[in-house]
Amino acid sequence: MKNQETHSTGYLTYAIVLIGLLALTTLSVAVTGIHLGAFTVALALLIASIKVAFVLAVFMHLRSENLFLKLAVAGVFVLFALVIIITFFDYLFR
Amino acid sequence: MSDHAVHSEHYDREAGKLGMWIFLFTELFLFGGLFLVYAVFRATYSADFHEAASELNTFIGTLNTVFLLTSSMTVAMSITAIQKNNRTLAFMLILITLILAGLFMVDKYIEWSHEFAYKVYPGSEVLKNMPRGELLFFGLYFMMTGLHALHVFIGMILLTINLVKVKKGIIHRENYLLLENSGLYWHLVDLIWIFLFPLLYLVS
Repeated sequence: MKNQETHSTGYLTYAIVLIGLLALTTLSVAVTGIHLGAFTVALALLIASIKVAFVLAVFMHLRSENLFLKLAVAGVFVLFALVIIITFFDYLFR
Repeated sequence: MSDHAVHSEHYDREAGKLGMWIFLFTELFLFGGLFLVYAVFRATYSADFHEAASELNTFIGTLNTVFLLTSSMTVAMSITAIQKNNRTLAFMLILITLILAGLFMVDKYIEWSHEFAYKVYPGSEVLKNMPRGELLFFGLYFMMTGLHALHVFIGMILLTINLVKVKKGIIHRENYLLLENSGLYWHLVDLIWIFLFPLLYLVS
């Protein structure tokens, strides 16, 4: 286990991730132009989630952080998902 | 003694970054609350939300996405530059980030001015006479993008501080926690926008 090494990400990695993010943005704009009803929202959110995962992992260096932080970030997103799910359970079945 | 000093600096850095992440979690829930309100109202007034969202300018929204994504990359690169002891490059990259942030704000200014010209702003008569769902959409739109723009502004102040400190050599290869944490903050601003953009501009 490497102790305190600074993890340095190369410029090229960042550039590739940016190209990926821009491509996903284009895809997202193109896809929402087609009317797929309720799927449009689901698809737009799916693409957004993929983009967020890339920003977290590469730009925010989460992939080279310790397990504790990775779990904490994952936990926060799970918690938020639960808040949404519980709210909608209450809202739809009351 | 010097060994001890190096050691404690490392732990400061870890703690400093963890503290920043915990702050970012609170920020996520600040916006999360608004996303939750959006989700419930969207489910209630889906037709009105469709109608209102189609009035937003997708081109401006897309342009702002490009500005923010690119600026996220440049600020991330500036940290690599500092780690490689290339302060001039780091300075240039932070400067580019600031310029992109400025372009985002100019774009936002044009967008809001256009809406204000049509008397679409919180509390306006035009808004009050809209169907309830459209009124709620625009209320959320101004609140969410406004709060986001405030974060962009705070991020710009942080980046300017970093720019000066890199120039003066206060931020260097051995000590760049401020730049790292400001970078994290800037990426958060980007993350929020990644969700705001499709929910407000695209889903119409």
